[in-house]
Amino acid sequence: MNFPLIMQYGLSGITVGSIYAIVAVGFNIIYSTTGIINFAQGEFLIIGAMTAISLHQILPLWLAIALAVIMTTILGGLMEVVFIRPVRNASVLRLIVITIGLSILIREAMLHIWDEQVHSLPYFTGTSISTVTILGAHISPQVLWVLGTSAVIVAGLTIFFRFTPTGRAMRACADDRMAACLCGINDRWMVTLSFMLSAGIGALAGCVISPVTQTQYDMGAPLAIKGFTVAILGGLGNSMAAVAAGLLLGLLEAFVISQFASAYKEAVAIVVLLLILVFRPTGLFVRREIGALRAA
Amino acid sequence: MIPLRRYWPVAASALAVVALQVVLSLGNATYYMTQITMSAYYALVVIGLCLLMGYAGQVSLGHAGFFAIGGYTVAYMTTVNLLAYRDVPLVRWLQSLHIVVQWQNLYGAEVLSFSPWPAFIAALLLTGLISLLIGVPVIRLKGHYLAMATLGFGLIIYRIVLGTKSLGQADGISNVPPFHLLPWLEVNGRAPFRVQNYYIAWVAVLLAMVLAINLVHSRVGRALRSIHQNEEAAHSLGVNTYRYKLAVFILSALFAAVGGALMTHYNGSIGPSEVTVMKSVRYVAIVAIGGMANLWGAMIAAILLNFLSLRGVFGTFDDAVFGAILIAIMLFAPQGLLRMPKWHAVASAGRASALALQRVVRGRTTDTRRPHG
Repeated sequence: MNFPLIMQYGLSGITVGSIYAIVAVGFNIIYSTTGIINFAQGEFLIIGAMTAISLHQILPLWLAIALAVIMTTILGGLMEVVFIRPVRNASVLRLIVITIGLSILIREAMLHIWDEQVHSLPYFTGTSISTVTILGAHISPQVLWVLGTSAVIVAGLTIFFRFTPTGRAMRACADDRMAACLCGINDRWMVTLSFMLSAGIGALAGCVISPVTQTQYDMGAPLAIKGFTVAILGGLGNSMAAVAAGLLLGLLEAFVISQFASAYKEAVAIVVLLLILVFRPTGLFVRREIGALRAA
Repeated sequence: MIPLRRYWPVAASALAVVALQVVLSLGNATYYMTQITMSAYYALVVIGLCLLMGYAGQVSLGHAGFFAIGGYTVAYMTTVNLLAYRDVPLVRWLQSLHIVVQWQNLYGAEVLSFSPWPAFIAALLLTGLISLLIGVPVIRLKGHYLAMATLGFGLIIYRIVLGTKSLGQADGISNVPPFHLLPWLEVNGRAPFRVQNYYIAWVAVLLAMVLAINLVHSRVGRALRSIHQNEEAAHSLGVNTYRYKLAVFILSALFAAVGGALMTHYNGSIGPSEVTVMKSVRYVAIVAIGGMANLWGAMIAAILLNFLSLRGVFGTFDDAVFGAILIAIMLFAPQGLLRMPKWHAVASAGRASALALQRVVRGRTTDTRRPHG
């Protein structure tokens, strides 16, 4: 394999990998404030993209995307308030099952609203055939949009969690809910905010990949599985590691596609998931002893 | 001495089954029996999953995978044509033992393939082996991890089925022959066999129920419930939690495989739609509706809901109905619908939902939990 080809596969791997990373970050935000895995995470991407596609028929692209992100954010918040908050202290099993039910409902609603056809947003710059050449690899300008948006999301979240009072309050809640509550932090609002945040970034990610991968009502579940694989690979709750793990999985998939039939691509993430769950459920980047303590 | 209290529901259901058959036959509505029979085979999966989820407290989002392993194994073995190998000594020997038989398919073509009994046994062995291999690493996991790992297992089976030529890919396998349980008793979906198959399916379900009830009331059942309540405590009392969980996992996989194998012979075919994640979620939903640790509830819910779904009552909202039921049960009646819903609990959960919504709308000033000062 020559260098441009390696670049080609590498770039496509990084592109999908960055989307997996965003899904994983969405999982992590909710997991660290509530301790639950939101099985409806993949649906946020699809509903965001679908809403933007519909709005784009009457509005300019940037406005349609902005509105779609806001609407999905509100949906995420509503979901938490109506379905999660009333049973906050329930067992993990019960909460998992609720989010599974929600993902089914959202998916079925999308099926009835947007039918089972494949939809897509137009390319942000240029058309489907325009290319940019980087180090011999020909890529669509949309790939740069995806990478740029992912980078902005990750950087934005980092600043939000490190330097803004709300972000720090959310981290405090994740760390010790009781202590945060005693400091006057409204913990319930923080949980709602975490759902809104992960719905919002999911919707944005869904919009930027829509031109490349197209959007169909049932694409959420595979995305969720891959995002979860990445989240576990990086260690649940560790967003920076999730980014690295996302790129890793994306590159691995690109490598598999380059060497084997693309039918096996889907299986890669699942095999990685099973392996990591069995051998290192605390993630690649956590020392074993620390992981054992956390798991206990 | 047989404890009557435990078994009278079995006798009562058997009577109800007979009564239903009489009513349907007299009312000339035997076509309902087709869907009841299919629902009964799904109920086998649900009974197994109820043992695993309700009693051992371990969730599985991959049981459609085990159903498919059972179904696809019998479908493949009974339809694969060995005619080209008829002179190979091994095939001849198997034929002399009646493990391999020659028959004519729907189109009158000669087929030399495994007969249903050996295929059925092979399906159970294969399912047992796969569930052991999957269970050994996976059953150590808890909560989310277990849910995702079993979901991943189900997805892999789905991918394998879709990607393998000999399993028919998207078309599945059809032309599966009837299953002669006894010379005069066959699992066959054609109209003249309706009543016979209605009883075969119910006998299978009631046998599974008796087995499950016995298990639940035995030493094993008590161990399982202790694991569900508090795994560490059970472990410290000398219950080998890992082995019990693994055993129940394998047992429930076998229940699912029996359901899949019989259903495949009954329908004469199996396809990838039986392996989707939605099918697995549906089984989980039904166990939840039945009340988790409630075998009778799970069985009744399985028969009723699958029957309605197969009759097409839910139309295009089929999956949505199961999703909605799942959420409603988990929010308002986590003990299951059939365990006398406590209506005041429903009301209070509803009120909590409304109140939370109201607070958000009005802003955070009304949140009484905020410390003053």
